[in-house]
Amino acid sequence: MTVLRTDKITMKFGGITAVSQFDMKIDKNEIIGLIGPNGAGKTTCFNMITGVYIPTEGKIYFEDKNITGIKTHEITKLGIARTFQNIRLFKELSVLDNVLIANHMRLGSNLFSSVIKTPDYRKKEKKITDKSISLLKDVGLDNIMYEKSSSLPYGKQRRLEIARALATDPKLLILDEPAAGMNPQESLELMDFIREIRDRFDITILMIEHHMQVVMGVCERIYVLDHGIMIADGTPTEIQNNPKVIEAYLGVE
Amino acid sequence: MNKKNTLTLISIIAFIVLLFILNINLGIYQMRIFNLCGIYVILALSLNLINGFVGLFSLGHAGFMAVGAYTCALLTMSREMKEMNFFLEPIVPWLKNVQVPFPLALIVAGIMAAIAGALIGAPVLRLRDDYLAIATLGFSEIIRVIFTNTQSITNGALGIKGLPSIGITGKTWEVVIWTWGIALLTIIVMVLLINSSYGRAFKAIREDEIAAEAMGINLFKHKMMAFIIGSFFAGIGGALLGHLIGTIDPRMFFIVLTFNIVLIVVLGGIGSITGSVISAVVVTIAMEVLRVLDGDIIIGGYMIKGIPGMRMVVFSVLLMMVILFYQRGLMGTKEFSWDWILNRKKKTVKS
Ligand SMILES: Nc1ncnc2c1ncn2[C@@H]1O[C@H](COP(=O)(O)OP(=O)(O)OP(=O)(O)O)[C@@H](O)[C@H]1O
Ligand SMILES: [Mg+2]
Repeated sequence: MTVLRTDKITMKFGGITAVSQFDMKIDKNEIIGLIGPNGAGKTTCFNMITGVYIPTEGKIYFEDKNITGIKTHEITKLGIARTFQNIRLFKELSVLDNVLIANHMRLGSNLFSSVIKTPDYRKKEKKITDKSISLLKDVGLDNIMYEKSSSLPYGKQRRLEIARALATDPKLLILDEPAAGMNPQESLELMDFIREIRDRFDITILMIEHHMQVVMGVCERIYVLDHGIMIADGTPTEIQNNPKVIEAYLGVE
Repeated sequence: MNKKNTLTLISIIAFIVLLFILNINLGIYQMRIFNLCGIYVILALSLNLINGFVGLFSLGHAGFMAVGAYTCALLTMSREMKEMNFFLEPIVPWLKNVQVPFPLALIVAGIMAAIAGALIGAPVLRLRDDYLAIATLGFSEIIRVIFTNTQSITNGALGIKGLPSIGITGKTWEVVIWTWGIALLTIIVMVLLINSSYGRAFKAIREDEIAAEAMGINLFKHKMMAFIIGSFFAGIGGALLGHLIGTIDPRMFFIVLTFNIVLIVVLGGIGSITGSVISAVVVTIAMEVLRVLDGDIIIGGYMIKGIPGMRMVVFSVLLMMVILFYQRGLMGTKEFSWDWILNRKKKTVKS
């Protein structure tokens, strides 16, 4: 089953074409990589998929539904969750609160019953709290769930951001450079972690990553962007041996 | 958990008893300041919800207060009182004959302010945050200009005098029950709201809008909610203020009024209910005590001529010092919790 399909999406900012005619197709439970040199347009692709930008041209389909032009929060509700290149946690709030917030959209309690704390609201609040704590256990952050999220070491902040995205119950999880700033040991753990969450939560994963060891180790297929244009797609071995990719990365003329 | 709820309940009851004791023991002037404190608690909390918890920079409070104050005044005054006030141009007939009990008028005042909030929020809250400050500031000034020029509805620049005393009976002892009763109610509503799932969503928007939206939070809807609730309580606060003073006119709702409330919230800690409450009481009392600064002061036989507005200067300096040395105000985003007291007791027991 196709989870995500982009149909010739293009994003122009004034005179710059950040992404040009990009086609992508992702099936259920795949782990897909999106790579390319700095400024290639990878994050811009993520921003189009999540509704932050509306593509100048082209269409995006999620589970065969056209989601082009839909608002970010609605796309999240449909089942696409993301993390950010520069971690964007709710800094002043606790680890647990960060995850609880991701449950808000599916809570199904109105403002009034939440304020007066009706039994129904209390039940739902308990349910999401239990669910969040169990999720934090799964990702190994339950022992620090009352800490302020900004006080966490870098690697754990990345992990929390992934946990928070998972808490929205996504079908497709998109990760923007999850290994950035991690040491080799943490990167290795991250690879296992990504496979593990794919299996445990039965989701599909699309990730941008510069760390080649991680990309080649965990991704089943890879798309390569350069200056907004897709120059290659294929398995890690195919990509590693593709002259165009080598050229783009080494900058050979 | 239960122990804390009991403690809260006991303190609320103790506070109500205190209100009655103060009512008997304080003079009219002190009581007035105390009532003013209660009103400023309401105003500070309503501004803090919008500016502190959702992180919107709204400067429209005086406007919402004006809407509330005029609504409540016009709904509670008798026909004769209105006729006496509107001598330049008679009041419009549909307003002349309405007179409803104070509690109903107060609720309508809040609702009218909330409607004003919805009308201004609907177009502006879709835009980037910086537009909000300008738009709300403009709104507040526009309200003032409108109220100055709608002679047959608001009596224009002449203002309205002889607003009935706060309450149903018209007796002075009732006033404090309303001001602090509603202040207490506002505190409870805010605490419940902030600690609900919606409160968390509000804080998420404050911390990082982009991330909040990516977590499925409808930014516009939640901003509107907070803005409307804040406007509602600002309207209630404005109505109470009008009735406490007994006179309202458009000049009273100058931007300085909003500035005073922003000052209270910043001093107390943006995003702290406890901070707003403490700060509202302290600042209101201090504003009164420092009134001497505006008049002539005699130090060691020398008379220093009073400079009107001196206390505002002192306050502005105070505010700057707080910003410089105490960036996050008295409380930051911290809140009072029974744990502070309970844990302290436990510690002393151990040692
Ligand atoms: N909002 C914007 N307005 C104008 N230009 C933009 C905007 N966002 C991105 N760009 C431009 O689009 C191009 C692609 O940027 P993008 O962030 O997608 O690159 P990237 O592949 O994620 O790079 P990196 O590996 O450095 O994160 C860059 O030239 C960037 O300057
Ligand atoms: Mg990027």
